[in-house]
Amino acid sequence: MALLSKKDSRLILDPLADNNPITIQVLGICSALAITAQLKASIVMALSVMVVLAVGNVVISLLRNVIPGKIRIIAQLIIVAALVIIVDQVLKAFAYELSKQLSVFIGLIITNCIIMGRFEAFALANKPWRSFLDGIGNAAGYGLILIIVGFFRELLGSGTLLGFKVLGDPIAKTGLYALGYENNGFMLLSPMALIVIGIIIWVQRSRNKELIEEN
Amino acid sequence: MGLKQNLHKLKEKYKGTKMAPAFNALHTFLYTPNETTHSGSHVRSADDLKRTMNTVIMALIPCLIFGIFNAGYQHYAAIDNTLRLDPLGNFFTWDNFILGAWTVLPLVIVSYGVGLGVEFIFAIIKKHEVEEGYLVTGMLVPLIVPIDIPLWMLAVAVIFGVIIGKEVFGGTGMNILNPALTIRAFLFFAYPTWMSGDKVWVHGAQAMAGQPDAISGETILGTLAANTHPAYSLWDMFWGFIPGSVGETSTFLIIIGGLFLIFTKIGSWRIMLSAVVGALVMGLIFNGVVDQGWIEDGSKFYGLMSEPFWHHLIIGSAAFAIVYMATDPVTASQTNKGKWIYGFLIGFMGIMIRVFNPAYPEGFMLSILLLNVFAPTIDHYVIQGNIKKRMKRIKVKTA
Repeated sequence: MALLSKKDSRLILDPLADNNPITIQVLGICSALAITAQLKASIVMALSVMVVLAVGNVVISLLRNVIPGKIRIIAQLIIVAALVIIVDQVLKAFAYELSKQLSVFIGLIITNCIIMGRFEAFALANKPWRSFLDGIGNAAGYGLILIIVGFFRELLGSGTLLGFKVLGDPIAKTGLYALGYENNGFMLLSPMALIVIGIIIWVQRSRNKELIEEN
Repeated sequence: MGLKQNLHKLKEKYKGTKMAPAFNALHTFLYTPNETTHSGSHVRSADDLKRTMNTVIMALIPCLIFGIFNAGYQHYAAIDNTLRLDPLGNFFTWDNFILGAWTVLPLVIVSYGVGLGVEFIFAIIKKHEVEEGYLVTGMLVPLIVPIDIPLWMLAVAVIFGVIIGKEVFGGTGMNILNPALTIRAFLFFAYPTWMSGDKVWVHGAQAMAGQPDAISGETILGTLAANTHPAYSLWDMFWGFIPGSVGETSTFLIIIGGLFLIFTKIGSWRIMLSAVVGALVMGLIFNGVVDQGWIEDGSKFYGLMSEPFWHHLIIGSAAFAIVYMATDPVTASQTNKGKWIYGFLIGFMGIMIRVFNPAYPEGFMLSILLLNVFAPTIDHYVIQGNIKKRMKRIKVKTA
């Protein structure tokens, strides 16, 4: 990548694989379980977190020399809260149905561990540009898992992808349904999201043995 | 040259290759291996894992045979109600057997074929020996599913159950949850329309739904949950001439199997006994609530709560679950005191879930899975308690 130095590009690429916020650091699990029943919701959630995390990281990084150490958590919370409210309002204005579907979970981005984690661990000690890249990278790593989980849950649970009936019509019995196939209701329940994430963790660690934790 | 020699030759030929575990398993499954351990001291006992598993399977065979006849009987009796007047006379007939075998045996074959397939693949990938763990699970699974479950669903569930329920934890002996119940729970949550309701328990009911000669095959629990009285006599329920999952209807044969397991010391009598007591206690509590008039007969819980407490043991899967599922030595508590607690809670919560969840009156699957998760915790506290007691004894002596 000519655009980014090698060090900078690692900021984006690391969280996608070997330092993934969900599968390696095991942060942000709650929302990954709650809203991944539909691929569309996963994508919107991933984008929302990306906006909040990237902008928040830049803001925190700019203010890093101004914020007194003792009250930094409160300062961080205010910044996240402001950003989340903006995202929430934008969704309500332009994608009302979707925002109803995501309901409280957009608001709960505030409590997403990944965001506070990146503020604390990275933005407070790095310059804005690097913080921005770190935000994008971590949100992308988070979003990638969300989209993978959402893909499988929607495909196997509802037989659709982004609302399109890719496997045929379950009521008119076309496509796969004509052969007796049925949607897997378990996929729509949150426990299955946990199992899917577990399988991703399993596959990832068996491909890269260095990631396996010592007991 | 006998089969044994041939198998041995094959095993030697593939030794060290990828396929070695597969041939090794085939060889040891059919014959006693001719190698012995070379070092260390060993207890010589015929009671290995394979024999344990085979004993359980032997205890299950009567249930399977009964299930085969019952599948046919329920189908014909649903079409011609007069058959029910003389259940015993109309039960052991060739018609029943042929239809039953035609519907039940595919379940057995799919269960074993898919499950052992997954085990073999895992053994080859992970380069360990094929484990015997699936032998019992493979027999339990067909006995606890509705007769008309589509075979591909069963296959999907078996793959899920073996991989997520067992292999991810490290294979046989390491699993936390009972694999057979994991498979059933997966089926129940994934395909609820095939696992509950009044159309799945009798062969052909689903296909004939909506037609003038539609079959209704409500289970006893379903009927009671709907606050109506079941059409079957208590003796029918005890002998098992009722609709239900394939192999779990006959309380009589399950008791025989249970006694066999206790006699051979394969199944834990502590768990069975305490589970029965737990179920009876919960049933008595519910009966008491009804007697006190704390619940009105219009309530949706009334039907199940007012059922005499000991009936709960002969309806639904209670007996089957207590005898064959709760006693799984891997997932149950290991300590004797722990077994009492574990069994009691299974019975207690099984009846509680059965009564309070009208959408799904069969609670034993869930209560056993729940207690499977808690079994190590129970053991931990039992052991800690024991250590504390002994420490106290030491202190008293030294003081």
